[in-house]
Amino acid sequence: MTQQHIYQTHETAWCPGCGNFGILEALKMALEGLNLDPHDVVILGGIGQAPKTPQYIECNSFCGLHGRAVPPAVAVKMVNLNLKVIINSGDGDSYGEGGNHFLHNIRRNVDIAHFVHDNQLYALTKGQASPTTMEGMVTPVQVEGSMSIPFNPLLVALGTGAGFVARGFSGRPEHLAGLMKRAISYRGYALVDIFQNCVTFNKLNTYAWYNSRVYELDDSHDTSDLAAAMALASQFGEQIPIGVLYEKPQPDYNSRHAQLSSGQVLAGRDNDPEVVARLMRQLV
Amino acid sequence: MYNLLIGGAAGQGVDTITHVLERFIKHAGCGVFTTRDLMSRIRGGHNFALLRFGQTAPSGHDDRLDGLIALNEETLALHLPSLDPQGFALTGLDSDSQDPRVIKLDSLGIAKSLGNQRAAGSVALGAALKLLGIPFTREAAGPIFARYLKEDLVPVNVQAAQAGHESVSQLKKPLQGPYDGHLLLSGAQALCFGAMAAGLQFYAAYPMSPSTSILEHLAQHAGEVGYLVEQAEDEIAAINMALGASYAGARAMTGTSGGGFSLMVEGLGLAGMGEIPLVVVNAMRPGPATGLPTRTEQSDLRFVISAAQGEFPRMVIALRNHEDAFHQTARAFEMAEKYQIPVILLTDQYLQEATATIPLPNPYHIRQPQPLPPEGKGEYARYRYTKSGISPRILPGDPRGFSAVDSDEHDEQGRIIEDADTRVKMMDKRMGKLALLKKDLQEPEHLGEKEPDILLIGWGSMDGPLREAVDLLNAGEGPRVGALVFGDVWPLPERRLRKYAQQAKQRINVEQNYTGQLAQLIREQTGIAMDASVLKYDGRQLTGAQIADRVTKEAGK
Ligand SMILES: Cc1ncc(C[n+]2csc(CCOP(=O)(O)OP(=O)(O)O)c2C)c(N)n1
Ligand SMILES: [Mg+2]
Repeated sequence: MTQQHIYQTHETAWCPGCGNFGILEALKMALEGLNLDPHDVVILGGIGQAPKTPQYIECNSFCGLHGRAVPPAVAVKMVNLNLKVIINSGDGDSYGEGGNHFLHNIRRNVDIAHFVHDNQLYALTKGQASPTTMEGMVTPVQVEGSMSIPFNPLLVALGTGAGFVARGFSGRPEHLAGLMKRAISYRGYALVDIFQNCVTFNKLNTYAWYNSRVYELDDSHDTSDLAAAMALASQFGEQIPIGVLYEKPQPDYNSRHAQLSSGQVLAGRDNDPEVVARLMRQLV
Repeated sequence: MYNLLIGGAAGQGVDTITHVLERFIKHAGCGVFTTRDLMSRIRGGHNFALLRFGQTAPSGHDDRLDGLIALNEETLALHLPSLDPQGFALTGLDSDSQDPRVIKLDSLGIAKSLGNQRAAGSVALGAALKLLGIPFTREAAGPIFARYLKEDLVPVNVQAAQAGHESVSQLKKPLQGPYDGHLLLSGAQALCFGAMAAGLQFYAAYPMSPSTSILEHLAQHAGEVGYLVEQAEDEIAAINMALGASYAGARAMTGTSGGGFSLMVEGLGLAGMGEIPLVVVNAMRPGPATGLPTRTEQSDLRFVISAAQGEFPRMVIALRNHEDAFHQTARAFEMAEKYQIPVILLTDQYLQEATATIPLPNPYHIRQPQPLPPEGKGEYARYRYTKSGISPRILPGDPRGFSAVDSDEHDEQGRIIEDADTRVKMMDKRMGKLALLKKDLQEPEHLGEKEPDILLIGWGSMDGPLREAVDLLNAGEGPRVGALVFGDVWPLPERRLRKYAQQAKQRINVEQNYTGQLAQLIREQTGIAMDASVLKYDGRQLTGAQIADRVTKEAGK
């Protein structure tokens, strides 16, 4: 690229060959493609290798606690709808430690984009099983192989009422950037689960493993068809679809909210002492 | 001062009758202090309220009764033993009590003849007012009933109360005071108004007694004042949402009780590490675990002072009474923003739910704190080293720079670091704020004798009972008594404590817990040891009289 980047990036602590690089590249493409001023963008993460992403790109950032990226993210948007709010976090962070927030914020439908770097394990803590780890995969802890049924984030999101559900692959950054742009532009909670190869710990779901299985959805898929989306979300074998599985406009939190629908920004706002005084006088 | 108990089965309208009585009594000029269902759910859903009032506002409850409104026989049986020999007990005609203090009233018959038997409670209410010498007019009664009843039920209840008023004759000397223009509100409401006055913009919480009333009161007025209330999916979400909102520039608070606070602990540390202003309310109830959900205790002091891994500056303020709850909640926002730290407000079931009369606070006198703006040129850095340790705080969306939060140890820009130098500098920066904060501490309030023989020491909601206890003790011939009541408990203010503790012959801590947590803290911080303790941990707040009795027993030991 010849164009000067508006989004500076910083030196990372990721392993050479890590899928996170492709995701970071796609993220920059998406943000620049949408012409977003970095001062108006907030990227949040929890804790893990993936959740370090906000550290590596120059904009407002919030690297909070493990599993807790979503609650602060939705609150940022609730109090200032002029900000673009994005989460870059891990599969463990988003679906494991933060599983409850994942479920209930789909329901809340705040206008945020949630990018899950899904390497199907806990990389930062050196390779233990995550909710999306495939059955039978041996790890330093699951020494006989993971026994649990893998979590299917796309099906769960669809089943819980999410209006935007997509899957990408770190090995196809341009395609991924397109998904990210749509997710960021979508008004409401948008999930993009991103296959991300972990060169150090995941010897099963390697770059080649993903690359030989993923296929890009084309126009023949009707993204407003929930049943079709669910069928695609269930495909996890020799063929795995990537692309937007489902997109349905539905009113987001701020626009449904009695106080926020007018565009009220609470960040930097003060209360009117007269109103407070009036409320208290009612108790005299 | 009179003390009235209103009791009955769930659904008999104890709560409404109490609200209406409180209003009539305040209207007559009396100061009021009411605690609700102090012993509720003994069995069969027995509910009651204790309404205490007088020419001077009571500072706490008492268990010796001057009057009893028994909406059922169970109430009579349970509470008649506490009734003063000169007192009265109102019951229905069906009561078979032979006690001379019992006044049998055909409330049900009167209510039926007025067309609604559910107005029977209002007949008793009217009669109680008359017995207590409190005037009744239809003009005053209408608006009072209308506050608590559906419009179509108001007239019949006013009539019922009037009939009750006419059915008995005055028994007690009427009391009058200057309280008609005062505010009548619960501790939870006072806290909420303090938060609103300080500019609260965001409150997230998950329901848990006795903090739920904050969530409800704030939700009720959100639209009018303009702040946001969100019920979170759990307490972990609640505190992390509040942190996100505060980071984005909305003054934020979360609230819970001990169990929920336990879940919030990691988030509290994030407020410390990320230097994010935050107010956290812990409304205490007896623990551990689920404990006694509807009762009171002061047993989370040591917990909240040390909760979360690592070391970071925080402030803990215990709310002492209703007026204090308003002002200290507002001050919590000020301290949180000024030092960019979490400020924990400790309250409890007793203060949360008790209603009292307080002078009308003026929200125009409350500052709505603003983030410290950056000065000078040069690249903005969220965690800039400064002399005070407090770094300018810009909000996301500000073109002057980027706002960063990192829960990892970080450099001035907010980026992860591992090196020892930066670690030490950042620790020194954060912890250094404590030295400044100590200059802003409020000393404990001193009550009673200036040079006491016995110094009582308490904190938070023990304020009211201690006031009464000090007066009771000093009215007698025994040793002279003074007290210190702590509001700021962390960091612990020491000046006044050292002065009085040295002078007194005996030091006694009075606390609603098993281990004497404030006494422990004082000893740890100052080396000052208590000579005796008055402790209670049955979930029911000490009364002034109980404290006085127990102090008398301990005196000179
Ligand atoms: C409360 C808490 N529990 C555990 C950890 C340790 N921990 C940090 S990251 C992580 C898992 C990270 O996995 P994932 O979210 O998938 O991110 P990845 O490293 O794979 O990118 C764990 C268990 C922590 N930091 N905090
Ligand atoms: Mg992972």
